[in-house]
Order: sequence, then structure tokens, then C-alpha cells
Amino acid sequence: MSKERDKGMSLIVKTITRLTVGLIFLYGVYIIAHGHLSPGGGFAGGVIIALSFIHLVLAYGKETAFKKLSQSGAAVFESLGAIMFLTIALLGLIGGYFFLNFISKGTPFKLYSAGIIPLCNIAICLKVGAGLFAIFIALILLKFDVENKK
Amino acid sequence: MIIGALIAIEVKHLLSSVIAVGAVGLGLSLTFLDLKAPDVAIVQLVVEILSVIYLIRATLKRDLPYATEKGLFLQALVGLIFIAIFLVFAVQCLYELPEFGHPIMRVAKTYLEDGLAKTGAANIVTAIILDFRGYDTLGEATILFTAVVGVLAVMREIGRKKEITHPNSSQEGKEKGEVNE
Amino acid sequence: MMPYLLCLILFCEGLYCVLRKRNLIKIIIGVMIMDYAVNLFFVLIAYKMNGRAPILSPDTTIMNMVDPLPHALVLTSIVIGLATTALFIAIAIRIYQKYGTFDITKIKELKG
Repeated sequence: MSKERDKGMSLIVKTITRLTVGLIFLYGVYIIAHGHLSPGGGFAGGVIIALSFIHLVLAYGKETAFKKLSQSGAAVFESLGAIMFLTIALLGLIGGYFFLNFISKGTPFKLYSAGIIPLCNIAICLKVGAGLFAIFIALILLKFDVENKK
Repeated sequence: MIIGALIAIEVKHLLSSVIAVGAVGLGLSLTFLDLKAPDVAIVQLVVEILSVIYLIRATLKRDLPYATEKGLFLQALVGLIFIAIFLVFAVQCLYELPEFGHPIMRVAKTYLEDGLAKTGAANIVTAIILDFRGYDTLGEATILFTAVVGVLAVMREIGRKKEITHPNSSQEGKEKGEVNE
Repeated sequence: MMPYLLCLILFCEGLYCVLRKRNLIKIIIGVMIMDYAVNLFFVLIAYKMNGRAPILSPDTTIMNMVDPLPHALVLTSIVIGLATTALFIAIAIRIYQKYGTFDITKIKELKG
């Protein structure tokens, strides 16, 4: 059982994973950063980033992938995202009402525009991505115990 | 899509069922693209991939790949009768809806006209979910957090059992240390 | 009228699957199909004939866009559906680990 864990998938899958995981991550970051200009937004980008990490875990096996990202790291990022979102919302309370858009709105159709929206996109991305990855890790950690019972 | 759903329901082999659900979700994403909703299509596509991954995790390597069921003909008939009653009432409701292709955009008209001036965002849907209706997004973030905590709480206990049954290698001890914090 | 009817048929298929099937995974699949049908219904309500996607660009004026409000609702609803399904699957895995079967009639018999 222990030497089976080191293997993961075949060599072809590992090589392709090494090439494409960075690109998938970059694509997710692109969708989040341009969330206010083109379709996408925080939710889609967050799920894509979670998918890139899941790809890494699926191709390389649990042992090797956990050296890069652990379950505690995922929990920390998720809480960070939630706290950031709440802070941005509460800071609006100072100016007037809840969720006030207080940063200046630059010229439209540029990357630096639309006030509070890009920051909220980043907070949502952290929360969704880390949360879904934590669910995946929790689901696969159970696997070895069930197999040993058989 | 309807045929895909029929296949997913009736086929006995569980893995084929899961693949059929994946096909239904993919067809749904293409339908959203055809209905001029690119945001929704992107999110539906990636969420479909993720949910198929979770479903395969549940059905792979299980002792029972075939869904065995038997039911009397009378039970199937009663089920179909209830669904027929539901269909009759629902079709009556469908006549009250506005005609397909001519929505009543009373609130959305102000969102579309003042969207760029008030928020500065070019993507109106993002402006709605993060600025005009930000409170709903906060509620959704809370739901996601609750779901993650729920899954971690349901799956938590096995870590301690592994410690009792496999106390031999140090590598397993290290990863159990990660689980049990 | 026709698209609404087809969407309703999809919903009824999901409902039939939840009511009649005995395997827990089939019930989860039925709930997912009902989720898809409801989201499709919302986006169908928002469609405008010969409309454009609700995204502005520097060289067009606002005319004839589809309704963006249901798109916002459906965006949230899809992610919530995923979270619910994940929780359902986690509980199903624990049930299998405890009882050894996915059949819901047998789960009712082996109590405690």
C-alpha cells in the first residue's frame, strides 16, 4: 500500500500535468482580474483555481502534492477570503450604507476601474477556491481506510 | 438534454449514469451560451466538471456498481400519477408567465441604464452581484463556508481510526498529523 | 411556451428519479437534474428576442440586452447547488462506510 501511493498516474499524465497546471492557474487569475470587463467574475475563477490544484493531486498522488499545499493552508485561505469580503463590506459602512462603493471609479473599460468590485472578486475567489479544494481533500482522505477494511 | 437525463436515470451501471449526468451538464452549458448568457455558461461548465469529479469519487471502487432495484408495477403507477397531477397544475401556471422572449424588465432597466455610470464596471452581471445586490453574495459566501465545515465535520472521524489501525510507518504518522489538527 | 414545457419535463424527470429509485447515487443524480432544470428555467425567463449578452463595450450603446437580473441569481444558485451536492455525497460515503450498501430499503432495516 505504501509503495502504491508514491506512483500516482502514468508518466504521460505527469508530464502533461507539469506543463499545463501553471497555465490553468494563470487562466483562472486572468478571469478574476478581468471580472468587471468580460464574462467570468470571482466564482468561475475560484473554481478554476481549485480545479488546477485538484489536477495536481490527481496526477501525482497524495504524497507528492501535499508538500506544496496542505489542508491547513486551504482552511487558512478560505477564512482569509471570508474576512476580506466582510471587511470590504463593513468599510463601506463608514461612508454611508452597507457595501458602499467608496474607492474612486476610474475610467471605464480599463483594468483599474469600478471601485470596490475587483477587490471583492479576489476575496470571493479565495473563498470559493480554497473551500472547494478543502472539500476534495476531505473526500479523498477517507479512501484508504475503506479499502483496508475490504 | 432530456434524452441524456433519461439515460442517466434508467441505466443500471452507476458509472455510465454519472457520465450521462456530465453530458447533460455540458449540454446545459451550451444552451446557456445559446441564450446569450456567457457568465452563466462559464460557471456551469466548471461546476459541472467539479461535481462529476466528486460523484466519481463516490461511485468508484464501491462494491456495488450495479443499481439493483425492483418495484411493483402499482408503485410505479402511483408515482407517475402524482407526477402527472403536478404537471397539470404546473402547465396551468405556465400560461400566466409573459411570452417567451419578451421579459418584463422593470428593475433591470434601471440597472442597465445606470450601471456604467454608477459602478464603472462594463460587465453588468458582475456589477449586479457585487454592487447592487452585494448582500446576496455575502449570504452565498456564508453558505459555502457552512458546506465546507459540514463536509469536514462529517469526514473528520476517520483520521483518528487510522491512527489506531496503522501505527507503523512514519510517513503515515506525518499525514495523520496533518488531518487531525 | 415550448421551451418552458421542455424545462418542466426535465424537472419532472429529476423528480421521478428522486421518488422511485432505490440507489442513493441515483437519488443524488435526480437532485442534480432538478437543479439544472430550475437554473435553466430562470435563464429562459430572462431571454429577449434578438438580444445581446449583457456586457458593455466601448463602441455600442445599450439597446436590446437580455435581462441581467436572473443571470445574477443563477450564478449564485449554481455554486450553491455544488455545495449541497458535495455535502450529500459526503454523507452518502459515510453511509456506505457504515452499512456496506447504497440501497435505501436496507438502510432503514439496520438501525443503530
